[in-house]
Amino acid sequence: MKKSVFLGAMAFAGLAAGAASAGTLDDVKARGKLNCGVTTGLVGFAAPNANGEWEGFDVAVCRAVAAAVLGDSTAVEFVPTTGKTRFTALASGEIDMLARNTTWTFSRDVDLKFEFVGVNYYDGQGFMVPKDLGVSSAKELDGATVCIQTGTTTELNLADFFRSNNISYEPVPIETNAEAQQQYLAGSCDVYTTDASGLAATRATFDDPSGHAILPEIISKEPLGPLVRHGDHEWGDVVRWTLNAMIAAEELGVTSANISEMSAGTDNPEINRLLGTEGTLGEMLGLSADWAKNAVAANGNYGEVFAKTIGEDTPVGLARGLNAQWTEGGLLYAPPFR
Amino acid sequence: MSDQTTNSIAFVADGTIPPSPPPAGETGPIKWLRENLFSNAVNSVLTILALLAIYMILAKTLPWILNGVWTTSSLAECREVLNGKVGACFSVLTERWNQLLYGFKYPVDQYWRPNLALVLLLVAIAPVLFFDLPRKLLAFTAVYPFLAFWLIWGGTILAPIVALLGFAAGAFVFQTYGKSSFAIGFFGAIAAAFAVWLIGGALIPDGASDNAMLQAVPSRDLGGFMLNLMLGVTCVSLSLPLGIALALGRQSDMPLIKWICVVFIEFVRGVPLITLLFVASVMLAYFFPPESTVDLFLRVVIMITMFSAAYIAEVIRGGLAALPKGQYEAADSLGLDYPQAMRLIILPQALKISIPGIVNVAVGLFKDTTLVSVISMFDLVGMIRGPILASTEWNGVYWELLGFAAALFFVVCYGISQYSQWLERRLATDHR
Repeated sequence: MKKSVFLGAMAFAGLAAGAASAGTLDDVKARGKLNCGVTTGLVGFAAPNANGEWEGFDVAVCRAVAAAVLGDSTAVEFVPTTGKTRFTALASGEIDMLARNTTWTFSRDVDLKFEFVGVNYYDGQGFMVPKDLGVSSAKELDGATVCIQTGTTTELNLADFFRSNNISYEPVPIETNAEAQQQYLAGSCDVYTTDASGLAATRATFDDPSGHAILPEIISKEPLGPLVRHGDHEWGDVVRWTLNAMIAAEELGVTSANISEMSAGTDNPEINRLLGTEGTLGEMLGLSADWAKNAVAANGNYGEVFAKTIGEDTPVGLARGLNAQWTEGGLLYAPPFR
Repeated sequence: MSDQTTNSIAFVADGTIPPSPPPAGETGPIKWLRENLFSNAVNSVLTILALLAIYMILAKTLPWILNGVWTTSSLAECREVLNGKVGACFSVLTERWNQLLYGFKYPVDQYWRPNLALVLLLVAIAPVLFFDLPRKLLAFTAVYPFLAFWLIWGGTILAPIVALLGFAAGAFVFQTYGKSSFAIGFFGAIAAAFAVWLIGGALIPDGASDNAMLQAVPSRDLGGFMLNLMLGVTCVSLSLPLGIALALGRQSDMPLIKWICVVFIEFVRGVPLITLLFVASVMLAYFFPPESTVDLFLRVVIMITMFSAAYIAEVIRGGLAALPKGQYEAADSLGLDYPQAMRLIILPQALKISIPGIVNVAVGLFKDTTLVSVISMFDLVGMIRGPILASTEWNGVYWELLGFAAALFFVVCYGISQYSQWLERRLATDHR
């Protein structure tokens, strides 16, 4: 008797927990705040400024989702996570979504039971060398000493690259990016390798950035994107289409400057559907009709966010490259809003 | 003739000769130099080498410090001002000063609250540290934890008042019944305290914190050096009594108590602090439903307190073991019972012997509070490694920030160490 009561209570608790995690969208609306997991700090992608406000490329995704769901881009509780705590924070329900330059891989998607809703930055592993070295291609790096962060996928990629090109290298294991920066500048290694965006950000902090070159070879695929828990498809759709709305807005020429003018109605039916003056896309998502308008108005479209946080005019100075629209030779391709 | 008689003696001293100064080589700084620095050839060579080393260090660091730039708003701007000269970029400290001390989310207009709490801490801790001060000041020390909680976290004043009343009720019950039977007094005190907390907690209306006199600040918004100080002070003051209890429990004749204490101490000492912190921040989240977790600050305090209590218990056990057996027998022969013997004879001596060890643990504990940066709490080191180094303005400034952190920690730790040396001298009753 007692045992069955206990089991019943367990089952009820399990059901209650299941029910609580099934409706993230309703939870967020009821709470009036989005709990968004970000990194504890990565140049250009997420960091609090001198006034303590979070800003950056990943932060913009959180703000856009908050604007789409709640109509207020400041209704976000940023939960800083480290590389070690990020997945447990998401799985345990402490955060509603994770926008933390996380690479979309098979095992994270399938085995860890998360759902990557898209890619907001296509990264890849690159090499940085001092210009004095006179190297113009990674294939000329035979016998070089390479600074590499231990325990990362970059380490494995590096071994693969050198083996498949049949050249040798001497690894210098490094714990953190900060340490790598110092070791590289002190000349302990000829080459520093990590994600290309990280290389650009690191180079931007040097006394003399022009003395260092980033080699053209990109030796791995690192698609970074926001992710949510597996199994809550309504919430996954909200985050996915908010990201798509930012990308589509750039493609359609909707910017934060002209959005209020365009939301009065235009000749382009796709813009009208996106901004909610035609069709019922918002209703299908369980959001208000102007959800995408709010999302884009929060920080601007994808291109504006890119330019403001990590683009060529910022100290990070990244070119669009793969992250250009498909019409410009990049990989960004938002499915149609219809 | 009289002239002749007076001149027949060539010279008569009519007073003492004034002492002449010692030879130049035997006095003042020169003598000191000769005796201490150049007493023989080897020492002379070593002195010159040491001077050379000091010069080389100063020649590098002094220009770096003196040329320091204090007013720019980014690293790039700072380098522009320096224009290729050697110089530090201290402007990161001035621009991010508040973030380094308070974290980046504590409301700016409320900074006076932690400041006031720090000043009051000095007042509250003084009678504990310096026992020549009037004992009546201890009353303020007893109230201080609740006052500080209210100042730093804000919200309704009822919560700390209820907590205080619970402790007061427990103390009252213990005073009343503890004399006749320790067990009744002890467990009665715990029951009374919990009763007050439960009833008081139910009486506090929902949303009492919304319009409180002091704006409520959640634990997640605490940060900077303030967080290190708070964790350090809380954990040291909690782990000392817990450590004493564990050390006494380990020596107990009662097998259950003895083995609980042994298992606790050996388990906690056998586990790295960082794994305990990970358990506190990551694993516990799985055991609680998403909306009802224990406050992260509290979880971390519990883990660090457990950790340092185990170490302090072993240090005090060393002090207890160092006491001659005659002291225990003397206490017994005076007819004192166990609490009296411990309080009046054993512990005062054992704790005195343990002071260097306890201070060692306390200093280590204070520095270990920086480990919370790995579970994404923004203490001083967490602020530096995370938000400040990751901002586009200050990415690449290392020496200035970490040097500043080292200086802050050095000041506090050196202060603790000096206090302990004073305490040892003050308590020295032997005539060595």
